Amino acid sequence: MKSLEELKEIRQKTLDKINMRKEDKEEAVRVVVGMATCGIAAGARPVMIAFIEECAKRGLRHVQVTQTGCIGLCQHEPMADVIIPGMEKVTYIKLTPEKARRIVLEHIVNGRPIAEYAIGSQEDA
Amino acid sequence: MRDISLHIMDLAQNSLSAGAKLITIDIEVIGDRLTFKLTDDGKGMPKEQVEAVVSPFVSSRTTRKVGLGIPLTKQSAEITGGSFSVESSLGKGTVVSAKYVLSSIDCIPLGDLAGTLLSLISGNPDSVDFAVNIKAGEKSFNMNTAYIKEMLSGISLNEPEVVKWLHGYLDENIADCLGGYIT
Repeated sequence: MKSLEELKEIRQKTLDKINMRKEDKEEAVRVVVGMATCGIAAGARPVMIAFIEECAKRGLRHVQVTQTGCIGLCQHEPMADVIIPGMEKVTYIKLTPEKARRIVLEHIVNGRPIAEYAIGSQEDA
Repeated sequence: MRDISLHIMDLAQNSLSAGAKLITIDIEVIGDRLTFKLTDDGKGMPKEQVEAVVSPFVSSRTTRKVGLGIPLTKQSAEITGGSFSVESSLGKGTVVSAKYVLSSIDCIPLGDLAGTLLSLISGNPDSVDFAVNIKAGEKSFNMNTAYIKEMLSGISLNEPEVVKWLHGYLDENIADCLGGYIT
């Protein structure tokens, strides 16, 4: 079973990594998932976990996955904003864990927003 | 809301909105009863608001006038023959607790508690601490993010390696403690 002791090792490894990479500073990317009652009821938890896991798996240290409350578009939940400095903010709607993983790869890693998942591109938006 | 963990997640959002610095989540299973309690040190509510908050037609948000979170939790607990309560004192914080009768046919499952805690902790890595105390029969699990942050000193809870560890840590310990109740 995983224990707190392992944290010491993780800390040391991470510190080594940070020191090695000091030069290539990537600008912070934010993923903001709607987590009010409407979002949660619509399935925001597995979406949030998918974002967190996928970013961790890919070692994306510059991505912050955070939460926000209800923005009043409950019918589109689960929703998430992807905010990359220098790029237009994209609001994704009706997300699933699979879509979330694809967004991490296509939008955050490759820099190509997925228009078909974004608000405004869907007929009912 | 399909499981109890989602209710916990929803209530924790209220604590976050109230500016809590520490959110304590206690979960205890005794026989046929599961009780969870969320204690926060947020801004609290005046007496009138505590009384009104169980109504679906009251909400603090500005985007619309209904607030379903607390009424839904209350209903999910009471429908099993359990109970629900909110206590709050202005400026000090709020305690919300719900008791479920597990054998009731209307009782929703506990759900992905580890994933819920991971989302809460990882989604709010800096400004707030979470303490989790789980007790079920002989088994118990206690964790506090303040302690984890101390151990990590200088490294964010959001580091990919830390996140992976945390997910495993929560998964394994919660399964060990509440294995029989997670469906």
